[in-house]
Order: sequence, then C-alpha cells, then structure tokens
Amino acid sequence: MTETALPAPLTELIDDFGSVGPKDRLQLLLELSEELPDLPARYADHPEQLEQVHECQTPLFLAVEVTDGDVHLFFNAPKEAPTTRGFAGILHAGLDGQPAQVVLDVPDDIPFKFGLAEAVSPLRMRGMVAMLSRIKRQTRAQVAD
Amino acid sequence: MAYPKDSSAELADYAHPERLVTTGWLADQLAGDHPGLVVLESDEDVLLYDTGHIPGSFKLDWHTDLNDPVTRDFVDGEAFAKVMSERGIGRDTTVVIYGDKSNWWAAYALWVMTLFGHEDVRLLDGGRSAWMAEDREMTREVPTAEPADYPVIQRNDAPIRAFKDDVLAHLGKAMVDVRSPGEFSGELLHMPDYPQEGSLRGGHIPGARSVPWSKAAREDGRFKSRADLEGLYQSEQKLTPDEDVVVYCRIGERSSHTWFVLTQLLGFGNVRNYDGSWTEWGNAVRVPVEQGAPTT
Repeated sequence: MTETALPAPLTELIDDFGSVGPKDRLQLLLELSEELPDLPARYADHPEQLEQVHECQTPLFLAVEVTDGDVHLFFNAPKEAPTTRGFAGILHAGLDGQPAQVVLDVPDDIPFKFGLAEAVSPLRMRGMVAMLSRIKRQTRAQVAD
Repeated sequence: MAYPKDSSAELADYAHPERLVTTGWLADQLAGDHPGLVVLESDEDVLLYDTGHIPGSFKLDWHTDLNDPVTRDFVDGEAFAKVMSERGIGRDTTVVIYGDKSNWWAAYALWVMTLFGHEDVRLLDGGRSAWMAEDREMTREVPTAEPADYPVIQRNDAPIRAFKDDVLAHLGKAMVDVRSPGEFSGELLHMPDYPQEGSLRGGHIPGARSVPWSKAAREDGRFKSRADLEGLYQSEQKLTPDEDVVVYCRIGERSSHTWFVLTQLLGFGNVRNYDGSWTEWGNAVRVPVEQGAPTT
C-alpha cells in the first residue's frame, strides 16, 4: 500500500500545531474557530439540509457538496462552542476545495496529528473524528451518485 | 479573616446563602482591591474562556485540570495543590466560580474543590450568561498570579461522593437521576448509528426519580427560588432534607449542579454524587437496570 499524500493545507496546519506548545495550540484553535466561514444563505435558511454530528459536545451541523470533483464543506456551530468550531475550522481550512479522492484518502486518525488531545483532553477529540468520518461518508455518497 | 459574604436579599432564603454571589456583588469586589478573592471560570468548552472572560479570572478546566489523565478519577492532592497554587489560590482564599450552561461545569468544579475540603468556594449565580447579559466587562487578557502556597490535601471522598458499590448498597433509598427524560427511559441509546452515550445499556438505576438538572435553573441561568426548588424536590419528589440521597447523571457533572441545589440551597445534609454515573452503571455487568418513563 502506498502512502497517499495529504492535502497541502492540511499538512501545513499539522506543522503549525506541531511547532508550538499546548497553550499556543489552543490559541491556534481559537483563531481557526474565528476564521470558520458563516453558512451561505442556502444553508442558513435551510438548516434541515445540514447533518448533525451528535458526537460533538455542542450541536454541530455540516454539509458536504462535491462540485466538479472538488469537495466543499459547510459548518454551523454556535459561537459558545469555540472548540467545536475550531475542529470544524481545521477541517475547513485543510480540506475545503480538495478533490474528492484526496479527501477520501485522508486517514481517519488525522484528528490526532495536531497535538490537541494533550491540550483539550482526548475525550474532546471524539467530535473531530466524527466530523471527519461524516465528511468522508457524504463525499463517498456523492461521488457514487 | 474571612472574605465578606454577599448579603443580597435575593440569596437570603437559601439554606447556605454564603455559597452564592450575585453579579452585582462580584462586579463591586472587582472594582476595588480584593485580596483573598480569586475568580475561576469553568466551562464545558475548554476554549470559551479564551474568547473572553471576567477580568482577572483564571481558567479551570474540568478535563485538563481536575481529572487524572490516566485513571478515571480526580487529580490527587499534589496535582490539585499545583492547580490552585498556579492561580494564586491559598487554602484560605475565597474562590468564586462561574461558567457556561447555568453553571453546570462550575458546580462540578465546586464539588471537586469540596472533595479537597476547600472551605470557601462560591458560585456566581447565573454564571457566564448572566454576567454577559448585563453587559458587564469581559476581557481576553489572561492574568498571571503570584503562586500561592497550597497544601497537599488528601481528598475526602466519602461524605459527598458515591462509588458503584455504595450505590448498590443504597438501592431502595432516595436517588435522583438528573439526565434528560430520553436518557432516563433508555430511549436515547436506541437511536441508530449514534452511540453518543458511550454506554452499553440504556435506562436508569432502579428506584431513581427523574428530575432533569436544568429544572433547578431559571431561563437566565440563575437558580430558582428556594420555594420553587422545595416544590420541585420536596413536594413533587417527596425527598426530605434529612434522608440519604444519591444523585447521578452521565459522568457526574450535571449531578454536581443538583448536588449543589440540594445541599447548599435546600440544606439537605446527606447527598452524595455518584460521578461514575451512567457511563459506569450502563456498562457494568449484572447491575440492575430499569427502563421506561418515570411513573409519577
């Protein structure tokens, strides 16, 4: 089996998180939570089209669109849930706009490559694992259509 | 010398009004010098503090500061002393804790501090949302504390913490399940694909009464009045302040809120929080489980 290359923005994020200590990792996560784009009107007005990620401590909703073979991600999480928003921010910054196959090839344990388990506790990582698996599942379903 | 109490009229009816402070009182303290008083924020979300907090307050995270990273238990006396010391808290310091979700996590932190016998620890009534709703000052500036001398204290769990064996011995006596109705009845575990509770079995401990923790809080996050709380726990559920009560939820956090209500606001003398809660009971082999909605 050959090692598939990770999308460049994701690799960059892993390096960024890896180059600082746990306290600064939290700051990075906070920045990513603040950079998470708002939903476009077609989702903001139709929240029922988003899938809820139940494993997150706080409600997180996401949608995946595959357009011309590229994956586009949409997230909605309350401002009072910055950690969850930060996880979504990592996935958005790292995966949005990538070809479907590249997204599908992202290893399922990627959430643990940011050194966050130590900063936020391993229990809290569950939400990010669940987000990634839903993104991949929705991508797979749309590619198959 | 003990730090002054908040003698606001709205707290006076509670059994231990000295365990609560109002937003106005806290703002007044923070406006001047307040040696001997430290404010802590404790939230479900580990980053919420970093988005803005009460000026001068320190973050106390339930996962990373209060839970042992390896054993499913709270930190030991040495780790606890370090957590306190780093925040400038000495054994005599008055600590005010506030947090999100109607102080759900703040109450948990308070309960853990009580296991260590920290004497003067209070909750900010209404927590983070009440403070913000009143447009009071928030900052992103993280304070630094002069490390304080905090002794290494052996936790004293027995009076207010129940373990699984204690609960088995307690079956038939008063118990309050503070989870949502769906968790109580056992329904929630049966949702396909979403094993969100991390438990193998759904339901509740036989004989437990169902009183979701949030029933003790008002819309604005503050505690309900003493009369309303008495109505809820004493009139409706027929609990009496002198009986032994065990409270539980999923991991012992929501039930800390109820523990606070029963002991500090209603004056119950013997309430233990079973922090193993449903994530232990619902996975334990051959413990009795009951399913279905509450009968009352």
